[in-house]
Amino acid sequence: MATLDVGLQERASQFSAEQRKVNDFSIQVATVNGSGSQSANTVLLRSIFQMGVPVSGKNLFPSNIAGLPTWYTIRASKHGWVARKKEIDFLVAMNAETAQEDVMSLMPGAACVYEEPLNLNQLRNDVTFYPVPFDKLVAQVCPEAKLRRLVKNMIYVGVVDYLLGIELAESEKAVAKQFATKKKAAELNMAAVRAGFDYAKATFTKVDPYSIERMNENAGKIIIDGNAAAALGCMFAGVTVVTWYPITPSTSLVESLIDYLKEYRIGPDGKATFAVVQAEDELAAIGMVLGAGWAGARSMTSTSGPGISLMGEFVGLGYYAEIPGVIFDIQRVGPSTGLPTRTMQGDILSTAFLSHGDTKHIMLLPSSVAECFTMAMDAFELAEQFQTPVFVMSDLDLGMNNWMSKPFEYPGQPIHRGKVLSADDLKRLGGFARYQDVDGDGIPYRTVPGTQHTAAAYFTRGSGHNEKAQYSERADDYVHNMDRLAKKFDTARRIVPAPVKEISGTSTVGIIAYGTSHWAVMEAHDQLAKECGVKTDYLRLRAYPFNQDVHEFIRNHDRVYVVEQNRDGQMHELLKLDVAPDQVTKLRRVLHYNGLPIDARSVTDEIISQEGK
Amino acid sequence: MGATTPTPTPAPKTNIVGLTVLDYRGGKSTLCAGCGHNAISERIIDAAFEMGVQPEGMVKLSGIGCSSKSPAYFMSRSHGFNAVHGRMPSVASGVALANHKLMLLGVSGDGDTASIGIGQFVHLMRRNLPLIYIIEDNGVYGLTKGQFSATADLGAKLKTGVINELPPIDTCALAIQLGATFVARSFSGDKKQLLTLLKAAIAHRGTVMIDVISPCVTFNDHEGSTKSYKYLKDHDEPVQDVSFIPSFQNIDVDYDPGTTARVTMHDGSSLRLRKLELDYDATDKVNALKVLAEAHDKGEILTGVFYVNTKAPTFMDLLNVGDQPLGQLPENLVRPPKKVLDEVMAELQ
Repeated sequence: MATLDVGLQERASQFSAEQRKVNDFSIQVATVNGSGSQSANTVLLRSIFQMGVPVSGKNLFPSNIAGLPTWYTIRASKHGWVARKKEIDFLVAMNAETAQEDVMSLMPGAACVYEEPLNLNQLRNDVTFYPVPFDKLVAQVCPEAKLRRLVKNMIYVGVVDYLLGIELAESEKAVAKQFATKKKAAELNMAAVRAGFDYAKATFTKVDPYSIERMNENAGKIIIDGNAAAALGCMFAGVTVVTWYPITPSTSLVESLIDYLKEYRIGPDGKATFAVVQAEDELAAIGMVLGAGWAGARSMTSTSGPGISLMGEFVGLGYYAEIPGVIFDIQRVGPSTGLPTRTMQGDILSTAFLSHGDTKHIMLLPSSVAECFTMAMDAFELAEQFQTPVFVMSDLDLGMNNWMSKPFEYPGQPIHRGKVLSADDLKRLGGFARYQDVDGDGIPYRTVPGTQHTAAAYFTRGSGHNEKAQYSERADDYVHNMDRLAKKFDTARRIVPAPVKEISGTSTVGIIAYGTSHWAVMEAHDQLAKECGVKTDYLRLRAYPFNQDVHEFIRNHDRVYVVEQNRDGQMHELLKLDVAPDQVTKLRRVLHYNGLPIDARSVTDEIISQEGK
Repeated sequence: MGATTPTPTPAPKTNIVGLTVLDYRGGKSTLCAGCGHNAISERIIDAAFEMGVQPEGMVKLSGIGCSSKSPAYFMSRSHGFNAVHGRMPSVASGVALANHKLMLLGVSGDGDTASIGIGQFVHLMRRNLPLIYIIEDNGVYGLTKGQFSATADLGAKLKTGVINELPPIDTCALAIQLGATFVARSFSGDKKQLLTLLKAAIAHRGTVMIDVISPCVTFNDHEGSTKSYKYLKDHDEPVQDVSFIPSFQNIDVDYDPGTTARVTMHDGSSLRLRKLELDYDATDKVNALKVLAEAHDKGEILTGVFYVNTKAPTFMDLLNVGDQPLGQLPENLVRPPKKVLDEVMAELQ
């Protein structure tokens, strides 16, 4: 074994999935990182999407610029399942280094397109092999030798098109979209697709059972990744100050946002209505967010686990001094540097209580690209309404992969800036106490610097303070203030996005999940009912703190499986802290934490095993 | 004089915005009696009063430490922000991004800047963000009872007898090298020089970095300290004699261009730098670094304006933001219309 191991080996499922061959299978493309395969994979994904077949794509890539193996999994599902399917039905083996292992992990009856010189057809006799002389084909369509490495991948698109029955015209459309601004590149790549298609047509007799047939499930739908969707949400939320430090997998959120802001947020005077600052580190990024939020801007940063750890001290200040700010956590595998390019729901507990002392934070839990969009807007509203840092807990799977979605809806509500007193308000009131609970909801009033009134100013500090924001170490001032902060957090329970009863019936078995685990749970629910006769109800969390619906759901079920993507059952622990003691024993864990997106089969297997069936 | 005829109280002196010096007061200081930091707070009050700064238009920021407590002791009518240790620069940057019309005054200490805060300090200086950054520099940690900070001189002795074995960070040399556009050093005991520098700082647009040696009477004012009142009195070498004429004072003071350099500040004020023994040119960056290094080797503490550049673009210039502060833009400017979303959605289909 080499010292560098970036393989995808998982334990095989003990239950084999029922094989459906039309519009219900998975394709895996194994390539080398940096070979331009991302464009080819996107074209393949879009082609199936345009055929009207529900599809999802997951990029399983290494932490590397070029040279290490990378896989792209496409799943077509007439049922609309978009979670990862761990069984691979159709392999495109382009990477000599992993080809053997890739072939050995295929399901019996699978098909494999491979680079002819790899001689993979010797490996198994229960797999259909289609050898393709990629180098020869690419040389014919791409005279420029240095471009061949990139164009070569488009050839497999054509081969797969022919073998699966994907209409060539759809790939043509997808290529045109992919290279919208580069006409020459579009032509070159399309020639490669056609070369692959023609070669396959002339050479192969279709033997494997997999095919794509036209459906009409995708009318009006869009394809977007979660980070771009969140970026759009931020733009429509009216963000004005963005500070960040690059980190996988959150980088593309801010880079998408920069593109959108430059395009759509230049004022009539030609001036930017935003400022984006690449800070020296995450400490500075969050410091700038708080400075800007304190001074009246809608400010945000985006990061991942290591950045969250660094931001801890400042987030505690934001909580205690009550300063709005939005923090996106595109979670990746920890601890430490972990697996930087793999996915995890690993920062739930540490973020909920981020920083020393008694702190708790509002977290939003998007499970779809549409929620990345809406929850970005929710986060800014909540941050200003509650005058506190608000976290949006996305993950690598959601943030960096392409997902189908209904088009996003324009916000129906105007922007609310929370309890901010103007100079006129102060004239009327005569003054204000920064940390006084005037309305009984725990949320005080604030002023922003620059307010032209002699009573506008107050002193913001992370040290103990009384209602008037004066330094205080008095025991009663401290307790009074901390209790008000707790009350404010309780108020948030009613206001944050409520959980969704995705499946509610009369079952005694409940499932709770959140974020990207949702997609596997929806499919697992179906498998449990159809294959094992186990009926389940399902509640999807959308925010922390939890509201009454969560408590009620647990009360109404005998056993509740909390499905999530981490080792320690982090949301399970948070729920245990929140529910009544007699409810705690009802909660069970279903955990998936190997860095790959959770799949339905793993969830089904684990629940069946715990149900003793 | 009879008890029935009380002396009329003379009306207090007002400045150009109609405020008295009392309007610039802060809370009562809780620092030690005789602390250099209190003298600096007094000079800040005087400078803001004399320059007619509108208190509501200023923001005071600090980190953690004795120095960082001091913004509570001046200008209570200005918003204040006491941030976390060593990280005031990022908060100040955020405030500037949200509202570039505010005047920012950051107060830090030598530990807060040169030890825990050196990372943020360095990047703040690079950005030339419009802000006045004052280091109240006593070479020790006061609140934790007298450990050395990174500006303590080589060979300096603590009260406990501990000798500092590491070279100091010269925050002025760093600031000049990195891009600050007004860099000076002063001494909390030199009322005239410090007040003049602070007034010029208020008139400057860009990053002002003033390192003010401010003796710690409790932990670092003894024999063997290089930051004591006595040591400063013996080793303070001004590089020039500074005077300042605000833009609103229509005074034309004659000066000899042969002996005095005149710097016209952003707001039209005039900073005069009269040569002393050292023929010092405050616009020569490379020379400034050389002079600072040489003085350091001789054990001298140079004070005065080391470097000034009134022409360099500030960070806010580079961001291309409009006149109205970002934090105050109305909804119609920050939320694009529905047709933009429709357009983006159509592209993604």
